[in-house]
Amino acid sequence: MYVAVKGGETAIDNAHRLLAEERRGDRSVPELTIAQIKEQMTLAVDRVMTEGSLYDPDLAALAIKQARGDLVEAIFLLRAYRTTLPRLAASRPVDTGRMTVRRRISATYKDLPGGQMLGPTFDYTHRLLDFSLADENAPLPAAAETAPVAMTGEMPRALGILDREGLIEKAGAEGDADPVDLTREPLAFPADRATRLQNLARGDEGFLLALGYSTQRGYGRTHPFAGEIRMGEVAVEIVPEELGFAIEIGEITVTECEMVNQFGGSETAPPQFTRGYGLSFGHQERKAMSMALVDRALRCRELGEDIEAPAQDEEFVLYHSDAVEAQGFVQHLKLPHYVDFQSELELIRRLRADFMAQAPAAAE
Amino acid sequence: MDGTTPMQRDSGYNFAYLDEQTKRMLRRSLLKAVAVPGYQVPFGSREMPLPYGWGTGGIQVTASVIGPRDILKVIDQGADDTTNAVSIRRFFARTTGVRTTEKTADATLIQTRHRIPETPLKEGQILVYQVPIPEPLRWLEARETETRKMHALSEYGAMHVRLYEDIAHYGRIATSYDYPVIVNGRYLMRPSPIPKFDNPKMDMNPALQLFGAGREKRLYAVPPYTSVKSLDFVDHPFEIQEWEESCALCGSENSFLDEVITDDRGGRMFVCSDTDYCAAHRKSEQEPPTEKTQVSR
Repeated sequence: MYVAVKGGETAIDNAHRLLAEERRGDRSVPELTIAQIKEQMTLAVDRVMTEGSLYDPDLAALAIKQARGDLVEAIFLLRAYRTTLPRLAASRPVDTGRMTVRRRISATYKDLPGGQMLGPTFDYTHRLLDFSLADENAPLPAAAETAPVAMTGEMPRALGILDREGLIEKAGAEGDADPVDLTREPLAFPADRATRLQNLARGDEGFLLALGYSTQRGYGRTHPFAGEIRMGEVAVEIVPEELGFAIEIGEITVTECEMVNQFGGSETAPPQFTRGYGLSFGHQERKAMSMALVDRALRCRELGEDIEAPAQDEEFVLYHSDAVEAQGFVQHLKLPHYVDFQSELELIRRLRADFMAQAPAAAE
Repeated sequence: MDGTTPMQRDSGYNFAYLDEQTKRMLRRSLLKAVAVPGYQVPFGSREMPLPYGWGTGGIQVTASVIGPRDILKVIDQGADDTTNAVSIRRFFARTTGVRTTEKTADATLIQTRHRIPETPLKEGQILVYQVPIPEPLRWLEARETETRKMHALSEYGAMHVRLYEDIAHYGRIATSYDYPVIVNGRYLMRPSPIPKFDNPKMDMNPALQLFGAGREKRLYAVPPYTSVKSLDFVDHPFEIQEWEESCALCGSENSFLDEVITDDRGGRMFVCSDTDYCAAHRKSEQEPPTEKTQVSR
C-alpha cells in the first residue's frame, strides 16, 4: 500500500547537515579562513561584491566560504543580507577622475598624458600552470617594482582628448538626475540610461560577456575601441544634511571602462564618436568591458539605430541579466510540479485517444 | 510538524521578516490590486532569503498581511508536507511565531503553490498564490511594453485566437493548467499554474485571493465574491479534468488526483493531491461528503 511521502522536515534537516559536512570537506585539511579568501581570492570577492551590490570584502568572503566557492550562490547570500540593511545615506557620485590609479591603459593612443600603466594584470602572462604555487612553503614572491604614481590630482581621461576636438559626444546627458533604486522599485520600460547601467552593474558577468561578444561578431555591431580602462581607489563622499558639505567616509576599489564607438551621424548630428560605459567594484575588467559594450548597444534607440540584435533589445537584456533572478527561476524546476504534470498527462492521453479514433489508418 | 503548536519567534528579525516600511509598500500595492481586480500592480519586490521562483512573491504577500493571531497553512501541489511547503511554513513559524495548521478550515491564511484546496474557503480567509509568470499574454507577446498596452485596451483577441487554434488542431482546448480567466469582466488574468480543475473555485469565492510574483515584481488580486470566468466558446464550453479512477486512499470521486507510479511494470494508483482533504475524507469514511465540492462552471 502506498503511503504518502511524509517527513519533509527531517529530510531537509538532514540535507542541511550533509551540506555542512561537504562544505567542510576533509577534516584533516585546515579550515579556510575568511582572511585567506579575502586576501587570496580577491577577484572572486570582487565579483561577489559587484553583482551583490554591496561593497564589503569580509561579508563577500564569508558568503564565498558558505557557498563552497559557488559565486552565484555567494552573490545570492550577499543580496539577501543587503536587503535587510537600512539606507543611511546616498553617496555623491564617485569621481573616477580623481582615482588613485593602479592600472590604466588606453588602446586608442600609444602614449597619452598620465601614461600607460599595466598594473596587476593577467594580460601577457603565458597561461602555463605554475607548479611552484603547489608548494605551500615556496618563498614569498619578490616585491614588485612599481613606478611612483607620476600624476597627482586628476588623471586626465583619454576620451577627454577627443572631447576637446568635439569628436566625441559629451558624457552623460540622459537620465542623470535622481536614478531609481532597482532594489526598491520595479524595472519599467523604456528604461533610461542610469537605470540600464544600474541593471548591468548588477548583471551576471557571463551573460554580459556573451552579449558583448555577440556585438563584436556582428549582432548589433558598435565598432568599439577600448578608449580607456582604469583601476584603482576612489573616495566615497556623503553630504550629511546637518553639515551641508561633503565628507569622505572611505575608499573603494573600482574598475572603469570607457569604450569609444563609431557613429555615422544622422540627419541632425554630424558623424561623431559615441561612448559605452562600464564600472565594477574591485578589479573586474572583463565585466566592466562587457558592460560598456552592452551599454553602447542598448543606446540604439537614443541614437536612432535599427534594433536588430539581442544586445540592443532593452527588455531582453535587462530582464535576463540578473544571475540571482535567473538561477532561482531555472532551479525552481526542481520543485514538485506533479499537479501540472498530471494535468498534461491527462491532456496528452486524451489528445492521443482523439487522434487514434480519428485516424485509425494512420496507425497501421 | 505538529499543526498548531506555535514555534518560538526568532527575535533577531522583524515580525514576518520584512521591515514595516516594506510591508506598508506591499499593503498599498495590495490595496490597489484589490481595487482593480485582476490588474497587475508593479511593486518594489525585495530580495528574500529564499530563491526567486520558489515563492518569494507569495512570501512577501503573506509577510505583509500576517498578524500574530493568524493561523497559517502552507501547501505545495495541494500537500502540506512537500519540501518547499515545509520550508516556507518554517520560515514563517520562525519569523512570526504564529500557529500553523494543516487543516484548511482552521487556517485564516493559506499560502499555496499550484492548487486551491478542495475544502471550500470561507469569508475572512485569505488565499495567497505563488506566481511564477503573472502575464497571461506572455507566451503570445514577449514584450512587457506591448502586453501592458494590450491590457489597457482590453485587447484579448490574441488569446481567443490561440484557444481557437487549439480547437482547430486538436478538436479541444489544449491548456490544462494556468488556464486564462477574465476577472470581474475586465482583466485577463493568469490564475498561476493551478490545474484548470481548480479554476471554477476562484469564481465568486468568499475568500480574498492575493497573487504575488516576486521575480517579476507584480501583485494582483481577486476580492471576495468577484466573478472569475475561464475563457471558452459557446460551442466549446470550458470543462475541467475528470478521472475514471477515484482516490485509492479515501475513495473520493471529485478531487484532483495525482498519479503515483508503484512499480516499474506500469503499476500505478491515483491519490488526492490535497492531503488534508484526503485525510479528513478517510476519517469520515462512514459518512462521505454528499455535496460535490466541484461544480463545472
